[in-house]
Amino acid sequence: MKRLPSYAALLAYIVFLAFPLVWLLSTALKTPQEMAQLDPTWIPREPTLANFSDAFGEQDLTGAALRSLVVAIFSSFITVLISLPAAYAMARYRSLVNRVAIGWVLVSQVFPFILIIIPLFMVLRELELVNTLPGLVVVHVTFTLPFALWMLQGYVRAVPPELEEAASVDGAGRLRALVSVVAPLLAPGVVATLLFSFISSWNEFLFALVILQDPDVMTLPLTLVRFTGPEGVARLGPLAAASLMATIPSLIFFAIIQRRLRSGLMAGAVKG
Amino acid sequence: MRIKSAFAVTALLALAVTACGGGGAGDKGEAAKPGEPVKLNFLSLAWQKESLAANKELVEEWNKANPTIQVTYVQGSWDNVNDQLVTQFAGGTAPDVIHNDSPALSGFAADGYLLDLKDKIPAELKSDIPQAAWDTTTFDDGKGNQGVYGVPFLQESQVIIANKKLLDEAKVRIPTADSPWTWEEFSEAAKKMTKDGHFGVAWPMKSPVNKTLNLALNFGGKFFETAADGKTTVKVGPEEREVLQRIHDQLWKDKSADPAALGQGTADPLPAFYKGKFALLPVGVYLRQQVVEQAPEGFEWVTLPGPKGTTTEQGAVSQTLSVAQDSKNPDAALKFISFFLNGKNQAKLAKGDWLLPTSQAAAADPSMTTKENGWDVATASGKSLVVAPFLKVKGFDEWKSKVATPVLQQYFANKISLDEAANKLVTDGNSVLERYQK
Repeated sequence: MKRLPSYAALLAYIVFLAFPLVWLLSTALKTPQEMAQLDPTWIPREPTLANFSDAFGEQDLTGAALRSLVVAIFSSFITVLISLPAAYAMARYRSLVNRVAIGWVLVSQVFPFILIIIPLFMVLRELELVNTLPGLVVVHVTFTLPFALWMLQGYVRAVPPELEEAASVDGAGRLRALVSVVAPLLAPGVVATLLFSFISSWNEFLFALVILQDPDVMTLPLTLVRFTGPEGVARLGPLAAASLMATIPSLIFFAIIQRRLRSGLMAGAVKG
Repeated sequence: MRIKSAFAVTALLALAVTACGGGGAGDKGEAAKPGEPVKLNFLSLAWQKESLAANKELVEEWNKANPTIQVTYVQGSWDNVNDQLVTQFAGGTAPDVIHNDSPALSGFAADGYLLDLKDKIPAELKSDIPQAAWDTTTFDDGKGNQGVYGVPFLQESQVIIANKKLLDEAKVRIPTADSPWTWEEFSEAAKKMTKDGHFGVAWPMKSPVNKTLNLALNFGGKFFETAADGKTTVKVGPEEREVLQRIHDQLWKDKSADPAALGQGTADPLPAFYKGKFALLPVGVYLRQQVVEQAPEGFEWVTLPGPKGTTTEQGAVSQTLSVAQDSKNPDAALKFISFFLNGKNQAKLAKGDWLLPTSQAAAADPSMTTKENGWDVATASGKSLVVAPFLKVKGFDEWKSKVATPVLQQYFANKISLDEAANKLVTDGNSVLERYQK
C-alpha cells in the first residue's frame, strides 16, 4: 500500500513517455477522414495501411534508414573511440592545458550551429566531403565529441584512483590496470555515450540538409521532412507512418545496449 | 575472436558507406565533357502526393526526350529551403534549377546568387504569363538594376469554402466569379447563417498578416508607401482599415464569426467545418485539396469567390523556378524550365498543388475550368491577382514577425482598438523598416 503513490507516479511517467508513440501509431493507421474528426479517437475505426504504402511508395525510406544507420553507427563508435582516452586524460591529469581544453569544450557548446555552418561547408567542400556520408560522419563526430567528452570525463572521475593504485600494488602495469580494472567500471559511461552519440546522429537534420544534395545519399530526417509543406501543414498520415518506422532502429539499438547499461551500473567495484 | 568480429563489422560498414556514398561534390553542376550529357539538378519543393507525381512525371518525360540534358530531381522542403540555399550558394554547390517562392528571391537576387533571366526567357513563355505575375519576380540586383530572377508559375488566391447545406438553408444569393459578394453581402450572409449555436464564418488568424494584407487590396489598402526619396514607410489609412474593421466586426460586433477558430492555423478549423459548426471558411485555394481528401462522405461543399470591396483585387506572390548564378549550364536549365512550365505542364502542376497557374494557356485548360471541386471559381479568381505590395518592401519579414503578427492577433482578439493597432503597426513598424533603408 505504501508503494502505491510510487507506482502511480511511475505509471503516469510511462504514459507520458509512451503517449507520442501511441499517438503516432494511431495516426499512422487512420484514414484522412478519421484524422479530420472533431473528436479524435485513440483506436482507428477503420484501420488502414494506406499511409504506410504511400510513405514507402513515394520515398526511399528503407535506403534512407540504412544510410542513417550507417552514419549513426560510425559516428557513435568513432566518438567513443576518440573521447574515451581524451576523457581519461582530462580527468586524471591536472595541468593548464587540461583546464584550457575543458574550458574550450564548454565554450564550443555555446556556438549556434547555424553560425558555423557556412565555414564548415567550405571546409568540407575543400576536402571533397560534401554530398558524401563520410563527410556527414565527420561533422557528426565533431559536434558530438565535446559533450561526449564532458560526459565520459564525469564517469572517469567517479572511478576512484585508489583502484588503479591497488591494481598497481598487485603488480598490474598501467595498461593492465586500465583494461582490467577501469574499463569495466566505465562500461555504463561508454554505453550512455554511445547511445547519446547514436541518437544525436540518427536525428540530426540541419547539417545533413546542407551537406547532402544527391537523392541517393539522403538520410532519414531529410526524407521525413518531405511529407511537410509550408507553414507547418503536413501530410499527417504518411508522416506518422514514416516516423513510426524511423523510431524502430533507435528502439532496437537501445534494447540491445540497455542490458550493458544496467549491468555496468550495478557492477560496483568497491563494496562496503 | 571478438576483435575479428569487430573488424568484420567495421569492414562491412565501410562497404555500406561506400555503397551508400554517392558521388561527392565533384560530379555536380559541372559543364559537360564532350559526348557526355549535361547534368542538371532540379530542387523541387512539391510535397503533395499528386504534385510530387506530376513533377516526377514531367522530369521523366524531359529526360526521355532529351538524352543530352539529363535532370536529377531533388526533393527539398519549404520549411528549410532557404537555410539550405544560403549555404549552398555560399559554397558554390547550389542546384541548377531552384523551386522557391517570390519573397525569397529578393535577398538572393541582391546577393548575386540568381541568374537574371530578363533577356533570356523565350518569347512564348514570356507572353503566356501576364505581366502582373512577372512583377512578382522582378527585383533589384543590389546595384540599382531591375532583373527577373525567376519564372512565376503557381499563385494562390483567397476564396470562400462553403458548407452547401447551410448556404442553401440561409437562402442568400450565391455569388459567382462574375458577381462576387460585396463585403456587405458577405457580412449579411454570415449573420444569416449564425443561429442555433452555429456561426456564419470562421477566420483562422494564427498567421494573420499575409491574409489580411492580400485582402486589404479589395479597398486599395497597401500598408506601405514609398516616398520620392525611395524611403518606404508603413501606412494604415482608411483603405487599410476597411478589411481589418470588417473582420473584427464579424467577430465582435455581429458575432457571426466563430471565436474558437481565431487562434488556429489555416487548416485547423476544417474538422469543425465538416461538423457544420460554421458555414463559410475564407482560405487559400489550395485548401480545397484537404477538403476533398478529408470531408466525410455525403458532406457537400462549394467554392465561392472572395468578396469584393471597391475592386476584387488581391495581393499575390508566386512559386517560382530560378537558375543559380553559378550554374555551369544556364542555357540547358532555361530550356528545361521552358518545357516544365509550358501551358500544358503548368496545368498539371497547378492541378497537383491545387493552386492557380500563371500561364494563360494553362488557365484555359479544361481541367482548370471544370466545375468539379470549384476549379472554375478558383481559376477565375486568378484574374484578380496583382503583385502583393509587401513583396518588395525591405524588412517586411521582420515587420511581419515582430510587429504585424502580434499586433493583428491582439486586434482580432479584441484586446486593442483599431487606432491602437494602427499606431503600433506604423510606429513600431517604421523603426523596423528604417534599419533596412540605411
